[in-house]
Amino acid sequence: MEKTMNLTLKVWRQKNAGTAGRFVEYPLKDVSEDSSFLEMLDILNEELVEQGQEPVAFDHDCREGICGMCSMTINGTAHGPQRATTACQLHMRHFHDGETITIEPWRAKPFPVMKDLIVDRSPFDRIIQSGGFITGRAGSAVDANAMPIPKSTADYAMDAAACIGCGACVAACPNASAMLFTAAKVVHMNSLPQGKAEKDRRTLAMVTTMDGEGFGGCTNIGECEAVCPKQISLDMIAHLNRDYAAAQVKDFFKQV
Amino acid sequence: MNLDAKIPEGLIAEKWSSHKFKMKLVNPANRRKYHVIVVGSGLAGGAAAASLAEQGYNVSCFCYQDSPRRAHSIAAQGGINAAKNYQNDGDSVHRLFYDTVKGGDYRAREANVYRLAEVSSSIIDQCVASGVPFAREYGGQLANRSFGGAQVSRTFYARGQTGQQLLLGAYASLSRQIGLGKVKMYNRHEMLDVVKVDGHAKGIIVRNMVTGKISRHAGDCVVLATGGYGNVFFLSTNAQGCNVTAAYRAYKRGAGFANPCYTQIHPTCIPVHGDQQSKLTLMSESLRNDGRVWAPKSAETARQIRAGKLQANDVPEDGRDYYLERKYPSFGNLAPRDISSRAAKEACDEGRGIAATGLGVYLDFRDAIKRDGRKAIEERYGNLFDMYQCITGDNPYEVPMMIFPAVHYAMGGLWVDYNLESTIPGMFVGGEANFSDHGANRLGASALMQGLADGYFVLPYTVGNYLGEQGVAAAGKVTTEHPAFAEVEAEVQARMDKLLSINGTESPRSFHKRLGQIVWDKCGMARSKEGLESAIKEVQALRKEFWENVRVVGEAEGINPELEKAGRVADFMEFGELMCRDALMREESCGGHFRVEHQTADGEAMRDDENFAFVGVWEYLGDDTEPALHREPLIYENVKLATRSYK
Repeated sequence: MEKTMNLTLKVWRQKNAGTAGRFVEYPLKDVSEDSSFLEMLDILNEELVEQGQEPVAFDHDCREGICGMCSMTINGTAHGPQRATTACQLHMRHFHDGETITIEPWRAKPFPVMKDLIVDRSPFDRIIQSGGFITGRAGSAVDANAMPIPKSTADYAMDAAACIGCGACVAACPNASAMLFTAAKVVHMNSLPQGKAEKDRRTLAMVTTMDGEGFGGCTNIGECEAVCPKQISLDMIAHLNRDYAAAQVKDFFKQV
Repeated sequence: MNLDAKIPEGLIAEKWSSHKFKMKLVNPANRRKYHVIVVGSGLAGGAAAASLAEQGYNVSCFCYQDSPRRAHSIAAQGGINAAKNYQNDGDSVHRLFYDTVKGGDYRAREANVYRLAEVSSSIIDQCVASGVPFAREYGGQLANRSFGGAQVSRTFYARGQTGQQLLLGAYASLSRQIGLGKVKMYNRHEMLDVVKVDGHAKGIIVRNMVTGKISRHAGDCVVLATGGYGNVFFLSTNAQGCNVTAAYRAYKRGAGFANPCYTQIHPTCIPVHGDQQSKLTLMSESLRNDGRVWAPKSAETARQIRAGKLQANDVPEDGRDYYLERKYPSFGNLAPRDISSRAAKEACDEGRGIAATGLGVYLDFRDAIKRDGRKAIEERYGNLFDMYQCITGDNPYEVPMMIFPAVHYAMGGLWVDYNLESTIPGMFVGGEANFSDHGANRLGASALMQGLADGYFVLPYTVGNYLGEQGVAAAGKVTTEHPAFAEVEAEVQARMDKLLSINGTESPRSFHKRLGQIVWDKCGMARSKEGLESAIKEVQALRKEFWENVRVVGEAEGINPELEKAGRVADFMEFGELMCRDALMREESCGGHFRVEHQTADGEAMRDDENFAFVGVWEYLGDDTEPALHREPLIYENVKLATRSYK
């Protein structure tokens, strides 16, 4: 038989970006330990609807840990207590009967709360729009095997490209820095031979946009790496810093 | 309804290139005068929006997620097919074409499938150029693996995250165009209707999901790339937001809906755990390359396992029935999805199912780990094994995975001609939202291929051809001031108001769940005349109840997930009926559509080519009127119709 648990939820409720929010407590009974965390919220929401109250709004979509849409801080940790796990892949067996669980949105100035647990992460899109691409028209590409790429290079690029853009790194960082996200995107493309042509341009543009969006600076605390559901390594930030320094130097000498 | 597929004349291998040559071109300087609306930002929509903008058209692109990078294409795990023959194992465009037609159980349109196979190579080139980190061999060449329904290795992959990497490639190209101002991106916007002017699609009505504001958008044509309708079953592997609304609204405005009964039930999903569940999770089909599927030979053994008295690993070799290897020796565990799913259902129907519910079979890696070592298996499937453990709490390196079929993909969709244009002129449909390439069953790793083929290589040409035919004088002529916009907007508004005003007692989710139960039971893996007839009645009754008793809390303004859900469920209600109608009409078994009345003595599907080698296209005639059926005959000139055998 499946085991169930009774919980107390402390959930951040906020009507919209313009109003103040607050924690509201809800008791919840008979949650199966096989349910996912978001299924547990689904159950809460069905109860709220039944009472004619507005359900808790939260972002979610694929529920397979890959779309990066879900975004909530659970008991003080972005995506909750399980390492390398998004909130949607977190299961209730990691909680215990009688527990009080605190659920709040990402807290970071560049990610304003829109409603309850939903935040605006559009700064991430703008960072990509400024340079997170390799220019190339559809149909203009050479044969895919024309340029051999060492396995280690492809694997390294993939390690960086695994980022799902959820924003947990920003939420966890005391400076609300977006360095881990930006680094992952920069390193993915900068490390591949096809991305070399735009390397300096990309690096400078993305870092400038990141700073302009109001994210804080990186002080090597490492909280981002600890909460990253895709285990993007801090080394990516070191790599970005190297590429950024090189690009700046080149840019400087181009100007004199 | 005019179902002229506009298949170009000539040899199949020359159709696409001669067709492209005959197309109208738009002068580069004139392209900026046109405005194209693209709905959806997945592989098909994202790639089409980026490519059309690259060509110089102005594009507006809409998605319901908070970023175009999150479209559900992202969740595809296993890979993408292409006829590169990098493995020197006898692959070719013609073989990929043949495998796809055969895999689709001879219910796809030959010319479209051939084009898909033809452009497949360019897709891989394009993806690599845009930075997709596909798996590589030590020599730096691209790696491949084999997938269900194929005997060659033609699947390219990026760990277990191929869909994500392909989408991020398309998203990067799209982002570049957004940055350049050629694409105006509308995140968190949901399309609620199509606007037609003089019979042509000239715009859409959308709801801003943040403010709740309904707005009009006009363009010179509309591209729908809004995905599949698998969520009609409530539980499926689709993302929570996936819905049929855009496609269904287009259907109600005159677009033919083709083959809605062709739904794919994927054999390797994690079994249902209980009634609190909101979605099912797929385990990539690639696992079947090394995992062996089995069920206990005897119902008694299965019963003991279910009761927790016996562990899977304690079942001796002669107590295991590796039923795919037994029934389909030449394809074994790589038998196509429809066949594998039905075989699993059969084993469970015989009382040999495992998992607490009795609805599960094993996918066992014991022998593969013994043969290749744990490290090799970890390298191939590490992230999938982790995901399985995360969801179930079991370690698949030590105990076999439990799997069961689940709704995964919609082969049916809006009818399109060779140009991917629907029966509404000026409305193009790409990716899973159209019907054209997979027939009655889709082969693994073909969805990503089709999405990108449509988006990068087909729509940019055929949309341009349409715009060229309309002429530059017509560019940008229709604006949102046209009375047709006000009319449709008022209808959309009235429907919203109605949903909010019913104030009943049952939530949209609860209605959705009930709908899902009906269609899963009666229009799922096995369908019968009797079941489908009763399903149609039950769905009709449920729809009536919905409009009398649904409770949508919250307001029209601002973020309101309940209102979004209610609108989608309302469309699923109507669509579910259409799906059952189509299944009832199709008196044969083919691919994912299995009618219990039409099977061989050993339980295999029995097609009826004489009477059913056609695309069933439905025309909307009114809410309380039965839709009209139209037929597009399927003519096979290059592939011989044969009984599909994987034995």
